[in-house]
Amino acid sequence: MSAGPDTSAAPDAQALTGPGPRLLAALSGPDLIAHHAARGELPLLPAPPVLADLVEAAGLTGRGGAGFPTHRKLRAVARGEHPVVIGNGSEGEPASGKDRVLLVHVPHLVLDGIQVACRAVGASSAYLYVPREPVVTQSVTQALDERRRHRIDAVAVEVVTAPPRFIAGQESAAVARVGGAPALPRFPHPPVYAKGVRNRPTLVQNVETLAQLALLVRYGAGWFRSAGTTGEPGTMLFTVGGAVANPGVVEAPIGVPLASLLDTAGGVTAPVGAVLVGGYHGAWVPAAALDGLKLSTDQLRPLGGSVGAGVVAVLPSDRCGLVETARVVRYLAGESAGQCGPCVNGLPAVAEALCELAGLKRTRPGRLVRADVEGWSGLVVGRGACAHPDGTVRLVRSALQVFASEIAAHERGGCSGTSGTPVLPLPAGPRPTDWW
Amino acid sequence: MGVRGSSLRWDPVACDSRGLCAELFPERITLDPWGFPIVSADPLTPGLDKHAQRAIAACPALALRLVPSPSR
Repeated sequence: MSAGPDTSAAPDAQALTGPGPRLLAALSGPDLIAHHAARGELPLLPAPPVLADLVEAAGLTGRGGAGFPTHRKLRAVARGEHPVVIGNGSEGEPASGKDRVLLVHVPHLVLDGIQVACRAVGASSAYLYVPREPVVTQSVTQALDERRRHRIDAVAVEVVTAPPRFIAGQESAAVARVGGAPALPRFPHPPVYAKGVRNRPTLVQNVETLAQLALLVRYGAGWFRSAGTTGEPGTMLFTVGGAVANPGVVEAPIGVPLASLLDTAGGVTAPVGAVLVGGYHGAWVPAAALDGLKLSTDQLRPLGGSVGAGVVAVLPSDRCGLVETARVVRYLAGESAGQCGPCVNGLPAVAEALCELAGLKRTRPGRLVRADVEGWSGLVVGRGACAHPDGTVRLVRSALQVFASEIAAHERGGCSGTSGTPVLPLPAGPRPTDWW
Repeated sequence: MGVRGSSLRWDPVACDSRGLCAELFPERITLDPWGFPIVSADPLTPGLDKHAQRAIAACPALALRLVPSPSR
């Protein structure tokens, strides 16, 4: 990534609208003048229905993981009275870094996007929900100060911080936190687009989606669709980690070949055992399925996965995928909000059985343990207020499938892992107990 | 609200696993190993409405509702 913006240059349409990075084409930081020099000012915004049509024509989908069509959310929220907009950059997923990159390096794109979203739904209240980390809060606070000074925003934006918990960014948890309550998910009926912050219809949109929106209103739907696939247009941010030379955030068109994404991240540093796609609620892709694989949800669905929020982690062949998964699932079980019985009781049971299967503790024959993993998993799916149990089970089931031969090896007392150093990142230090 | 074309919706956050619902409406509600209800998503048939109403009314946590069955 370039060191800083060239503020002397006028907006270079070719550089910004050609192939290559879009969101990360000019890293202006909180400096508003530099942002305007690089991107131009936000154009005059059309009426809300016209904006929704533009978003629909572009085919923009949510970049927070679920991939929901943005225009449908916009229209649903616009129907209600006194809507609220939340830009969601809380990024509780330990393996993801892309929202932080946006908030630190291009905060004005996100803030432009919030203004566009407010216009699209008719909102006069807006919030930016970010991790409680100084590097992030300082950047967005400074960026907002600049915008106030230049009086460019129609709607004031309030910064709200998220606790360092995996599910703090879940849509209803974000709504709860913005409303002054702990960041806990709630039962999704009625949905937040009908009743959210202070019972008002609420648009919760990932910060990357908002930044994409800020570029879309500048360059149009045709430009937007000139990258990506027909079904999943545009670029997205991937957080590439594990056994690559330069782990970090990479922008690429949706549908990018995995091989070229890994090349951009400096190439793999070891023989590949499997790749985790879509984060800790995502799925493992076995080495045998990697050849020619393209990163679109269309291509990943048959493998049980989706691009999600863009996490791609390379497991080298000298690590045990079962052990890695068991560690992560134990963490995820601890990240239950503690509200729904099946999640509170079921996820720890799944995690313990998986740890047993992985040999982190061993007492019973493997087939009994495996039956436990499957049985407990089946009991939690679809029975939580949020998608945490379902997402966790998705990861577990993909591990059972992809690492089937590893399970058999463990059964015989072996393990293909020769290095004990974990690949998938987990938060350091003691687990926070608060939800503020 | 009429019961025909309706199904039960369980609020897992509100539920505190007293288990009355499963006792009153075993036709559609069983309990998991931790005592939380497993509620069938099938639409209620007319003969079952009284049982459903009784289970809903008996829940001290107000964790059961009758909702229109999802179309399809």
